Amino acid sequence: MSPLAAQIGAELSLVRRNGEQLLITLGIPLVLLGFFGSVDILPTDTDEPIDFLVPGILALAVMSTSMVSLGIATGFERSYLVLKRLAATPLGTGRLITAKTVAVVCIEAVQMALLVALGFALGWTPVSANWLLALAAVVVGTFAFAGIGLALAGNLRGEVNLAAVNGLYLVLLLLGGVLFPLDRLPPFLRAIGRATPTHALADVLADSLMKAGGHTATSWVVLIAWAVVMPAVAARTFRWA
Amino acid sequence: MAAVEVENLSVHYGPLRAVDEVSFTAESGEITAVLGPNGAGKTSTIETCEGFRRPTSGAVRVLDLDPWAQRTALHREVGVMLQDGGVYPSARVGETVAQFCRLYDRGAMAGELVARVGLVERTTTTWRRLSGGEKQRLCLALALAARPRVAFLDEPTAGIDVNGRDDVRGIIRDLAGQGCAVVLATHELDEAERLADRVVLFNRGRIVANSTLANLRSSRTTVRFRSSPSLDAQRLAQHIGLEVVANGDEFIISFSSPDSSMASDLVSRISVWLGSNSFPLHDLNVGGERLEDVFRMLTKEQGP
Repeated sequence: MSPLAAQIGAELSLVRRNGEQLLITLGIPLVLLGFFGSVDILPTDTDEPIDFLVPGILALAVMSTSMVSLGIATGFERSYLVLKRLAATPLGTGRLITAKTVAVVCIEAVQMALLVALGFALGWTPVSANWLLALAAVVVGTFAFAGIGLALAGNLRGEVNLAAVNGLYLVLLLLGGVLFPLDRLPPFLRAIGRATPTHALADVLADSLMKAGGHTATSWVVLIAWAVVMPAVAARTFRWA
Repeated sequence: MAAVEVENLSVHYGPLRAVDEVSFTAESGEITAVLGPNGAGKTSTIETCEGFRRPTSGAVRVLDLDPWAQRTALHREVGVMLQDGGVYPSARVGETVAQFCRLYDRGAMAGELVARVGLVERTTTTWRRLSGGEKQRLCLALALAARPRVAFLDEPTAGIDVNGRDDVRGIIRDLAGQGCAVVLATHELDEAERLADRVVLFNRGRIVANSTLANLRSSRTTVRFRSSPSLDAQRLAQHIGLEVVANGDEFIISFSSPDSSMASDLVSRISVWLGSNSFPLHDLNVGGERLEDVFRMLTKEQGP
């Protein structure tokens, strides 16, 4: 077995072992979609709330896995000197990041399958869906959120990182336009919301899944900018121990 | 060529000179103990050898590789045991050893390694449920996963019970016996005394002794005795013209001894002085130094 395969095995094993974290990562988006998709209490400003909710919750799921889950786990690995110990093996940074990426992608694949299935069950009817573009958006979003999570994990102590990542998750949930349209926010907060990767991903997913894509150039630019800048920041500032 | 070569190495953190122009070597098949008080520069030096730190100046070669510039190549050949941690709390013993063995092209057999460090009964136990000694054993196993040509072991027997220490010492001796250069960082002088072929003693970022254990002990003579704790060591030191280290009711005088008559003359002068000042004299002993004495003397001499 190659070093990469060994590390992928270890990463997936840790994901399985941290069941409570996995439950939150998978569970929160499912509960939000199930509840708000069934009970029409959100000001979605659409005839079919589920059509608004599914792309937003998919964006939220990407954020949960690649920023919150990856960021918290990596932060604690740094605190426990796991990363320092691995740095003294021939594994190397590239294979370590690849192994973590594979673990994230595996969770996201399960998340997407469950959320899309739940969306269909709740009556979601995508019109002219461009699934390939949506998949590309998820990949770019994963880079953006993983960059944010690793930038925090590589610079903050385990407990501080835990608080910071969860706090940021809440802020992005509220300002990202995933549960209600950004137009409902005051102009100042609306401007901030449009600059978040969460809104950018939700917007391009909604466009790809409901309008065949191609109508959200600004959101693509915002999303790609986050996906380029944050991994670069993480790579530059990350401390292994 | 030595397995580890450190030449005029300096490591600075801002204005702090953690390591100041130190040089030493560690040979294949030998156990080199790196000793010194806290903050002496041991960890910075070893971490530079492991490729974790970049030298401020000077040169380090491990297996003829530059640890900073050729880290990946180096890490195929070296085993590292951190002083603390390094394993995720929910990771199991067997899985962790197996994972590390697979990271190396010619890694050890995981099952054999678990047995060698005495953790067969704990194969499915998670790190968080291991005792302190068992954690040390697991960390040692991870360091051996590479079948290393150089092993950097930081406090390998810390927290391990007496019998367990003998097992770990046996493993380390076997490792050196197979040709591995073992660099052992420890605070426990007894450990170094039992295991080391060579001792490198750090103090305040500099090396104050670098020799084989036998040479280090034989180069100086120690006179030790017990007396009243109220004995003024300074007054005695002034009288005999040598430094006197007081440790409770034990007094130690260490000196270079080119002439064997010097020791008997000194004993005579001490006896007379103690008698004339009405201090008792018990357990008088003259001999080569223990490592502990060398450590105490050399790290004290460099003090403020």
